[in-house]
Amino acid sequence: MNFTRFSRAAVIATVGAIALSSCAANEGAAPSASNAPVSTLAGTINGSGASSQGSAQEAWIAGFQTANQKVTINYAPDGSGAGRKAFIAGGVNFAGSDSALSDTELAGTFGSCVAGTKAIDLPIYISPIAVIFNVAGVTKLNLDAATIAGIFKGAITTWNDPAIVALNPDAKLPAATITAVHRGDDSGTTKNFADYLNKVAPAVWDKAPADTFPYAGGEGAQGTAGVVASVTNGTNTIGYADASKAGKLGVAAIKVGSSFVNYTAAAAAAVVEESPLVAGRGDSDIAIAINRTTTDASHYPLVLVSYLIVCGQYTDVKAGAVVKAYASYIAGDGQKVAAAKAGSAPLSATLAGKVSKAIAAIK
Amino acid sequence: MTTATTPREAIGTSHTLTTGHLPRWSPFVLLGLSWLVFIGVFLLTAASSKSEFNLVGALFLGTVFFDIVIFVVSYLVEGVRQAKNRLVTSLVSTAFIIALLPLISLVYTVTLKGADRALDLSFFTNSMRNVTGAGGGALHAIIGTLEITAMATVISVPVGLLAAIYLVEYGRGALARSITFFVDVMTGIPSIVAGLFAFAMFALLFSDPGIRFGFGGSIALSVLMIPVVVRSSEEMLKLVPNELREASYALGVPKWLTIVKIVIPTSIAGITTGITLAIARVIGETAPLLLIAGFTASVNYDLFSERMMSLPVFVYTQYAYPGTDAQAYLDRAWAGALVLIAIVMVLNLVARLIAKIFSPKLGR
Amino acid sequence: MLAARQTGFGAVIGSNRTRPQRFSNRRITEKPSMTKTVARVSARQRPADRIFSGTTMGAGILILVALAAVAIFLVAESLPAFLANPKELKGSPSSFWEYVGPLVFGTIWAAALALAMAMPVAIGIALFISHYAPRRIAQVLGYIIDLLAAVPSVVFGLWGIGVLAPFIRPFYDGLVQNFGWFPLFTGPVSGTGKTILTVAIVLAVMILPIITAVSREVFLQTPRLHEEAALALGATRWEMIQIAVLPFGRPGVISAAMLGLGRALGETMVVAMVLSPAVVYSFVLTGSANPLTIAGNIALNFPEASGVAVNALIATGLILFVITLVINSVARYVINRRKAFSGAN
Repeated sequence: MNFTRFSRAAVIATVGAIALSSCAANEGAAPSASNAPVSTLAGTINGSGASSQGSAQEAWIAGFQTANQKVTINYAPDGSGAGRKAFIAGGVNFAGSDSALSDTELAGTFGSCVAGTKAIDLPIYISPIAVIFNVAGVTKLNLDAATIAGIFKGAITTWNDPAIVALNPDAKLPAATITAVHRGDDSGTTKNFADYLNKVAPAVWDKAPADTFPYAGGEGAQGTAGVVASVTNGTNTIGYADASKAGKLGVAAIKVGSSFVNYTAAAAAAVVEESPLVAGRGDSDIAIAINRTTTDASHYPLVLVSYLIVCGQYTDVKAGAVVKAYASYIAGDGQKVAAAKAGSAPLSATLAGKVSKAIAAIK
Repeated sequence: MTTATTPREAIGTSHTLTTGHLPRWSPFVLLGLSWLVFIGVFLLTAASSKSEFNLVGALFLGTVFFDIVIFVVSYLVEGVRQAKNRLVTSLVSTAFIIALLPLISLVYTVTLKGADRALDLSFFTNSMRNVTGAGGGALHAIIGTLEITAMATVISVPVGLLAAIYLVEYGRGALARSITFFVDVMTGIPSIVAGLFAFAMFALLFSDPGIRFGFGGSIALSVLMIPVVVRSSEEMLKLVPNELREASYALGVPKWLTIVKIVIPTSIAGITTGITLAIARVIGETAPLLLIAGFTASVNYDLFSERMMSLPVFVYTQYAYPGTDAQAYLDRAWAGALVLIAIVMVLNLVARLIAKIFSPKLGR
Repeated sequence: MLAARQTGFGAVIGSNRTRPQRFSNRRITEKPSMTKTVARVSARQRPADRIFSGTTMGAGILILVALAAVAIFLVAESLPAFLANPKELKGSPSSFWEYVGPLVFGTIWAAALALAMAMPVAIGIALFISHYAPRRIAQVLGYIIDLLAAVPSVVFGLWGIGVLAPFIRPFYDGLVQNFGWFPLFTGPVSGTGKTILTVAIVLAVMILPIITAVSREVFLQTPRLHEEAALALGATRWEMIQIAVLPFGRPGVISAAMLGLGRALGETMVVAMVLSPAVVYSFVLTGSANPLTIAGNIALNFPEASGVAVNALIATGLILFVITLVINSVARYVINRRKAFSGAN
């Protein structure tokens, strides 16, 4: 065996490795072209939580760090539960979560907050959930909540079931078995999806909404990416996922009132806008009880709201200042950035106003 | 087949050494023929049912068919012992081909999907800081993976190798037995539990409930790596002939020097193979690093403070949480995977080089 | 390659011996009378020897301490799950064991399938490389198989869900249509191919290199004289392997299998990414409802878990630990029983 050749390869590899350990081309204090006022904010803050808002956080962090060169923000998409847990323990400066803090969590203490003060929930990420399908020859599909519930529960098993045919008289539905793909891991997407079905079609979807998919039938897949991959690679499949991740898959229109509505950012924002707040919470706490049973055809009620959880008052004043600036960026300019980069629905002006007011109160 | 009726062998009696033997070329011809037969069968069925022609399936079934044919032919011509021998030979080769199929498919997929970005220099000079959508790179993840894995190796190899030496050369009684046994148990620690353990330990030690740093990742990986190092080194050390040790003792060489100068060099090739495998085993770990080394988009050189990205975490998060331009994220994920494989390949070569340098020079 | 040279080395030394004998190296170091006769020499060597053996023992003890720490952590974190009201666990089972039962079943079933598929192939490859392929090609082949070990599990996951599952789904359709009467292939067939058999195939590919690499090194160490003696007696190559190579390598191969099994039992990412899970006891290989493994369950549910659910997940980790312990004890027992027949020292 020719070892000089190998040693040469090794040397090249070593030199390459050394070359790698120089500075990243896109990092360091590269002055931006614009004459933006130099930010005085500095330091590293860490967040953790829902993976649903992961790509939005990525976009916000990029935007905020560009404007504030000395700030580093890390957001780990560990999951809502992990994020809330880390935040309560004081391990992270802020959390992202698909559900607002529970009453028991609010009754406890928060590690990063000044003793006696509470954390607040800020709705900052609205994403419509799409019912995606992959059936040869079918490009358009209309479904109502009872039919969706029947399919995912396992009560409707073939594509040419009378219930589906009745809603889609023009579609060429095959006589094939439906493979319904649901989230195999616990997730806020499942909870919102189940909440919608449970509120609109309680007779069929009789289990209380939870992070875990409640029925035994169908196929499980890990994460939004797993559901999308399963629906894409399988045949005669149907699933649910964040609308921005649907890609080229077919997306079903859902029945609201008497008409079928395709998801749009505006329709998703509209239903959140019209929904009442959860009662009995602090002034700054904005937890939304989504009105799933709306009959307004300009609403898309199958929507997920994800929260930013921050302290009302931080023990670490410097970190608090960065979090506050970051949160106001998210509620303001960040909404448009996330819509472009992560496909979310921007908050309506009224709701954004409420959120900004709550952020202004952060100390 | 008509191989047995070729003129030379038909004469038979005058060629006692070659009678009752299949000619050397017969297995190859038979293999080619059975492939052809199955490609033909598959082509016909594909044409009749208008389905796609499946070359992999044809070659696979053709190979299996060949295994049977060679046994039968050899049994008829050469007798049962030779037939068995030929059957095993072909089965063993078939096993190799079977193993190659997923490997080829994997390497092909990763290269096809990853080469685009992995051949792009900016992938190695950029981190993901302030990058959304296309562009960006994996510099932060590559640095993190190299540092964390190097630290894990620095911890695991001495501990693992010394423990293996203890077990083979010194160990006896309850202590050695329990070490052997619990090392086996350690191989069964799920990687995520190792991550949880490292996280809980450091959170307690530094009383920081949100602790994330690269060194913690090295500790978690060491927990996974040590048993593999011990187990494989132990096997290799055991295989060193006792005569070598006895010869050394007879020359008055102390035991520790015998181990260092005779036993280890003799088994160094096996040991480095084991260590390389152990590194390969942990360098691709995602779950524990996500828990304790964390997630960041920026470069961090310091193992001992703040979050540190690693390549598997990079690949996983790029795949699992894409933005609207999902293709750019997927491209980065595959490119990251390709780089990770390339890193392990280079490590493998380096390990072999080291083994070459330190193993005894024998003229043969 | 290098191992091959050692085989030669061993054979040269080995040619001087009259008969293979189990010569314990303890005898030489332990005999006090011997050390006394050469007291001056050994007195000078003793400290270094002590330091060295002490260091190695220290390393061994360090491993035990680390493992004890992991075990203490696992037990301490698991206790709340055992003590808690089982209704608080996922799926509100009547007891903790009802929760963990299907997971234990799934873990063992998936790992057993993977090992059953990987073992024959791995031994075949190891033999191919050590005793069949020409030496020059063998080195390259060994390297190619090692390459498989270099593929991180995330990539196997991506490959499993993106390439293997869609590729293999039509085969499952065929299996269920033609062999649906067979209990393992009872319908209905999975519509995505993400079944436990797919997972087991990926796991088998993943554990293949580690089993192959260790077996190969062990086979290469077979004393050359044993092999030559067998061939000289007129054995065919396969008979030689049966007589000389396999008995010599058996403990090493079992050891290799245990290493592979350990990885298959604890593999997280592939199971989480590829399997379509359900809470069932089912041997069906091609359906949608597959029993989940312990490690896969932890990976799937840890991110969103809170409260006692976290403890329950860690408790399942403890149980995986115990499963490995039991399997390894059995393997050790088998190896020790066979030891007398092996040619290894």
